[in-house]
Amino acid sequence: MKENIMLSVKNLSIQFGGLHAVENFNLSIRENELYGLIGPNGAGKTTIFNLLTGVYKPTSGTIMLNGVNKINGKNTIEINKMGIARTFQNIRLFHKLTVHDNVKIALQNKYRYSTISGILRLPRYHRYEALMDEEAMALLKVFNLENDAMMKSANLPYGKQRKLEIARAIATNPKVLLLDEPAAGMNENETKELMNTIRLIRDKFNMTVLLIEHDMKLVKGICEELTVLNFGKVLAQGETNEVLKNKEVIKAYLGE
Amino acid sequence: MDYFKLKRQKKARYNLSIYLMIVIAYAIVMFLSYQGKISSLLNGLLVPFCTYSILAVSLNLVVGISGELSLGHAGFMCVGAFTSAVFTRYMKFLGVEGLYLFIIAILIGAVTAGFAGLLIGIPVLRLKGDYLAIVTLAFGEIIKNIANAIYLGFDENGAHFSLKNTMALGLSDKGFVVIKGAQGITGTPHYSSFTAGVILLIIVVTIILNLVNSRTGRNIKALRDNLIAAESVGISATKYKLIAFTIASSMAGVAGVLYAHNLTTLTALPKNFGYNMSITILVFVVLGGMGRIRGSIIAAVVLTLLPEMLRGLSDFRMLIYSIVLIVVMIFTSAPAMKQYMEVLKNKFPIIKNLKAVTLKKFSKEGE
Repeated sequence: MKENIMLSVKNLSIQFGGLHAVENFNLSIRENELYGLIGPNGAGKTTIFNLLTGVYKPTSGTIMLNGVNKINGKNTIEINKMGIARTFQNIRLFHKLTVHDNVKIALQNKYRYSTISGILRLPRYHRYEALMDEEAMALLKVFNLENDAMMKSANLPYGKQRKLEIARAIATNPKVLLLDEPAAGMNENETKELMNTIRLIRDKFNMTVLLIEHDMKLVKGICEELTVLNFGKVLAQGETNEVLKNKEVIKAYLGE
Repeated sequence: MDYFKLKRQKKARYNLSIYLMIVIAYAIVMFLSYQGKISSLLNGLLVPFCTYSILAVSLNLVVGISGELSLGHAGFMCVGAFTSAVFTRYMKFLGVEGLYLFIIAILIGAVTAGFAGLLIGIPVLRLKGDYLAIVTLAFGEIIKNIANAIYLGFDENGAHFSLKNTMALGLSDKGFVVIKGAQGITGTPHYSSFTAGVILLIIVVTIILNLVNSRTGRNIKALRDNLIAAESVGISATKYKLIAFTIASSMAGVAGVLYAHNLTTLTALPKNFGYNMSITILVFVVLGGMGRIRGSIIAAVVLTLLPEMLRGLSDFRMLIYSIVLIVVMIFTSAPAMKQYMEVLKNKFPIIKNLKAVTLKKFSKEGE
């Protein structure tokens, strides 16, 4: 069976002044795969996420989604509509709004109704609001957040905020989900739970997941393939077990 | 599901409290004025209460809900006031009068002020940062000065426009000057009333409440809370900020219409359409609470009434006014004061229990 390449990146580079933050980066992720991106601090991992989501424009190279859709050159909003959603290393929630509203906001592209029908409370408003309510709640249940639905998202404990961010990203119904250090600040139990959740969403929502992580237990536990980045360049690429045995990787990142 | 019911009830209760507050205040005033117990001072303040409430509520949409700073709200009010007053004054000259003209005037004021807001917003809201504050500050002053410089007249050949003086208009004998430069518009028909003001206030409040609790409103709030995250879920920053800003400007225009038709002479002074006015409206919003509609209305009414009540103290008037502002700010935001409020809540547990009971009920049924 020929496997579909969901995300392919060719010769991607970006320069900030004289600094080559990312140089000739290549990546191809199969559909429904769990892919890990690791490397020491400052290696350019988050920069790659920012390039994939249109926050930065690449100096050169191409990014293709699903083999046909060219991503680079588009802005963040268009890229999200095309099917890439992300979470952030430093949590970015809509902190004054409730947990439930955070997810509802992410559903805004799926259930579109005009400002006028919102103000005049036309039937479309009632129909779509009810659908949004249900769908947001169902999504919160996947992450065991349904009992916190009414809480202000800023008041959630740290682990739950991370989960909510993932739930919000999934609500935009992406093909590719980018997770930037999802286990940062979590204890061992929470990390285990998170691993199960990531597997679950991959299977349940049929998603391709690319994640940045420093927690090697999580990386070993769920990533099928890995790319190791160092100083903006690819150090090693391939199946997780083999990459982690690579001597250069051990020297640069894992430690002897 | 129980959760949605609870949430809707909570929202409905807050919304209802605003409407009730307005309606009760209206009923009391109407009852007192029926009995002839309202002083002429208060009587003259009734329409301004509505005008400033509309201004405060609409500015709250920009400052509190969309998180942008606008320092030229009085400018949009000026646009609405002058365009609508030109219309009604011209109609009066033609011999047409009637309350239906007021409705048309309101629409004219809303549309022109909204259009001005759109023009300002399109370039400025594409930028990230405090540019809106700078540009609206300039806009307010420019509009005020333009209104002071315009000469506009009508005769059988149509409209005549000049920036020099009345003579330069070159009107025929049958002609008639509507805007006389710095003298403004004189003889505008007196259409505004407390009832009309309250109706407009209720409409404005309804629009804002409905907007805030809809998809558009949530997107606007999302942009305020975290711009990068909002864009990452596909929300266009420019579009939604522009919607909020345009709606707020057009509401300021409506307030301007109400203002213009409450006085016989409409002139653009620093007092009514200048920078000071814009800041006063901003003070209503900040003191009433960011994003709090009810608070904005209360602050607008109290802070309009206060200087008038203090008239007897003459020189000390502004001193006491500012002391009141400082005290209110300390009461609402100082940590010590918040702690004291918690102590009060513990002493009178009714408020606390009410919240706890509803939360408990929800979590039980949610399991």
